[in-house]
Amino acid sequence: MPMSQAMLNTQAPGPADEKVKRHTISILVQNKFGAFNRIAGLFAAKGYNIDSLSVGPTEDEGVSRMTIVARGDDQIIEQITKQLNKLIDIVKVIDLTFESFVDRELVLVKVHSTNDTRPEIMQIAEIFRAKVVDISPKTLTLEATGSQQKVDAIIKMLKPFAIKEMARTGRVALKREFQGEV
Amino acid sequence: MSRQAHEEESPAAPAGRLMTGAEIFVRSLIAENVEVLFGYPGGATIGVYDALHDISDINHVLTRHEQGATHAAEGYAKATGKPGVVLVTSGPGATNTVTGIADAMMDSIPLVVFTGQVPLRLIGNDAFQEADIVGITRPVTKHNYLVRDVRELAQTIKEAFYIALSGRPGPVLIDLPKDVMAQKTTFDYPGSVTLRNYAPILDGNLRQIRKAAEVINAASRPVLYVGGGAILSNAAPELTALARKLRCPVTTTLHGLGSFPENDPLAMGMLGMHGTWYSNMAVHFCDVLIAVGARFDDRVTGNVDAFAAEAKKIHIDIDPSAISKNVKVDVPIVGDVKRVLAALQDLVNPLETKDWLRTIDAWKDEHPLRYRNGEEIRAQYVIQKLGEITEGNAIVVTDVGQHQMWAAQFFNFAHPRTHITSGGLGTMGFSLPAAMGAVFGRRDLPVISISGDGGFQMNSQEMATIVQHRLPLKIFVINNGFLGMVRQWQELFWRRRYSQVELANPDFVRLAEAYGCTAFRATRTSEVEDVLRKAMAHTDGPVFAEFVVAKEDNVYPMIPAGQTINEMIDTPDPVPGGRNGSGDAIATVEKGKARKVSVHAHVPSNA
Ligand SMILES: Cc1cc2nc3c(=O)[nH]c(=O)nc-3n(C[C@H](O)[C@H](O)[C@H](O)COP(=O)(O)OP(=O)(O)OC[C@H]3O[C@@H](n4cnc5c(N)ncnc54)[C@H](O)[C@@H]3O)c2cc1C
Ligand SMILES: Cc1ncc(C[n+]2csc(CCOP(=O)(O)OP(=O)(O)O)c2C)c(N)n1
Ligand SMILES: [Mg+2]
Repeated sequence: MPMSQAMLNTQAPGPADEKVKRHTISILVQNKFGAFNRIAGLFAAKGYNIDSLSVGPTEDEGVSRMTIVARGDDQIIEQITKQLNKLIDIVKVIDLTFESFVDRELVLVKVHSTNDTRPEIMQIAEIFRAKVVDISPKTLTLEATGSQQKVDAIIKMLKPFAIKEMARTGRVALKREFQGEV
Repeated sequence: MSRQAHEEESPAAPAGRLMTGAEIFVRSLIAENVEVLFGYPGGATIGVYDALHDISDINHVLTRHEQGATHAAEGYAKATGKPGVVLVTSGPGATNTVTGIADAMMDSIPLVVFTGQVPLRLIGNDAFQEADIVGITRPVTKHNYLVRDVRELAQTIKEAFYIALSGRPGPVLIDLPKDVMAQKTTFDYPGSVTLRNYAPILDGNLRQIRKAAEVINAASRPVLYVGGGAILSNAAPELTALARKLRCPVTTTLHGLGSFPENDPLAMGMLGMHGTWYSNMAVHFCDVLIAVGARFDDRVTGNVDAFAAEAKKIHIDIDPSAISKNVKVDVPIVGDVKRVLAALQDLVNPLETKDWLRTIDAWKDEHPLRYRNGEEIRAQYVIQKLGEITEGNAIVVTDVGQHQMWAAQFFNFAHPRTHITSGGLGTMGFSLPAAMGAVFGRRDLPVISISGDGGFQMNSQEMATIVQHRLPLKIFVINNGFLGMVRQWQELFWRRRYSQVELANPDFVRLAEAYGCTAFRATRTSEVEDVLRKAMAHTDGPVFAEFVVAKEDNVYPMIPAGQTINEMIDTPDPVPGGRNGSGDAIATVEKGKARKVSVHAHVPSNA
């Protein structure tokens, strides 16, 4: 969907406002004609900032889950969830920030590599438990999964080698049933 | 289509057999008790129009522009409380409805708009008269649909009517591809709707209602701030009962006008940018503000941080997203105004507000709505006289601009659903078609359209529709030769640099006559009452009247956009018997006092 691009461009860094927080919002939406556009359009029309957005099928074949990481102060986030709830095609909106949740993100990074740098890159991959999914004389493509922080960290480590291309899925998340790590 | 095929598909056929989408459309509207359909045909809807041909249950009104059709549907909906229904063709027919749909969205008006569409297989091909109307209207509809299979049609129509009318009302659009409307299936109109996450909350949370009652019972300077939601929920009786029990003064928004009788001693008229001096003062100094179906619009609040800053705020609204959107409130209650007010009534006690009401009365004396009358007609006088002649028993449909504000200030509205205007979008050209739509829904009261000379010309083509149907509509144009409201801003805030606001107008009386309408004109104050009385007494179809008024008059009081009552500007015209009583003829209208000094004769200014 071309929408995410346009929306992500709207994110103005803005002044480091104390009240602005990052929220992970999980949305169950019916697979109806134009439903995703409705959600994307809402963020664009109201000028809300989105950090990432991911969509995929769920256990219910008529319903998809959208995970949106959005930024705003309490009042804006409250408006976002209320406005989402007004959309007829939406089944459920949960602001996971108020819950305990597990989240993952996947990234594919194609990084420039030479005979000299390849071992070093492989070592970083190992530390992050990333997989090598493609290799060429001049590049290595890694796949890493983890929390957003972990993905941020591996990208930071790979940056000095020159990242040629990168694709991140954006965060997906589910509420925890029990407290504590598994 | 062959003659035989036509007979086979005749809508008179019994249920249970196969019907085309077009027939199902007609049957569904009949099942929804649609009496009037405003529309305009074209290639993509020709089959649907064929199915309408022999139907007598639905009165199709051929407007002269699709924008006229949507505004007519809005006027019909506002006057009756029933959804307004529109049928137009694809492409330009559909795009012409967008302004009316956006207007209905802003003002919470229930509409169901049907648009023709190119056949499914051509969608996306830049086919002749194709427009992605579902995409275009997504942000300005409560919901919209593209019907992709005739078997979904009846269910979709059922859902659309339910969504448009329930909760916070709004426009719903259904796009009808031409081939889908020719497909056949059996017709079975669903009896109910199930939507997974859409279930408007009507009964307010009892704990919240109790909390509100506690806050109210401790108030000494309460104000009821009432909006369009009170009228949408038909809550005027509950509101009046509550205000009188509490002895609480009432101010209304532009859309709340008519929810509370303005001759009641507790009435303060409209608040906000062009609200009365005293209502804005009262809201500023109140200790408890009870917002009833009002959405804290910026035309009302001005600077939100200073709006009723000291007051505890209670907010009753059916739409959770309306609450704490602009102004943080202390006691939110999500629910239907009518039910919540009824529940509150038993939990609150009469309040000791004598001192508070006395303070407000003093503001009323010091700063009444007023104007200086002379030979040149003041628009305020036309409106005030109209209010007196009709005694408030009329439906007044205004356009956008200065005349709109004067109508809100000087008519003295007494009944719900008697004031119809475009508030949220502020759409010039709204009045004439909306008033026409109101007449189709209401024949118990005279319907009066009031436009400016600018706005009248934005949908004047509907004069043809009005004359064709011999509608008993009163069509008044307040002609100041200017786009008056913009001129006022240029005068006050842009050093009187008048940029593109002066109008070279046609002869409105001859224009109306060319359409076949009886027409009058008043150019001096002394002629106004006579013209108004003749127009109101006219029984044979529509009647038009032009009032040539002062060119450079301003609407006061005024709180400039985004400011506070400290910047409120009162009218420069003196207060009668006040400090600089000059002996001029000053007319005042005070809310809640029924004391009026109206002047008929011209009094020379050196008298
Ligand atoms: C030139 C111009 C000047 C203007 N100046 C002013 C001015 O001075 N003062 C002024 O007041 N306005 C003015 N307006 C109008 C203004 O722009 C807004 O349209 C208006 O103030 C909004 O009115 P409202 O708050 O009653 O909300 P509405 O738009 O009428 O909304 C109704 C509210 O009630 C809720 N609701 C609906 N149904 C129910 C129900 N059954 N139960 C509970 N809640 C319900 C809705 O969710 C919504 O929040 C002006 C407009 C123009 C064009
Ligand atoms: C469609 C549209 N275009 C422009 C405006 C901006 N506007 C608001 S009031 C106004 C002037 C209206 O003039 P007129 O109809 O003569 O009424 P008056 O203010 O003179 O009473 C204009 C241009 C608008 N509200 N709607
Ligand atoms: Mg004008």
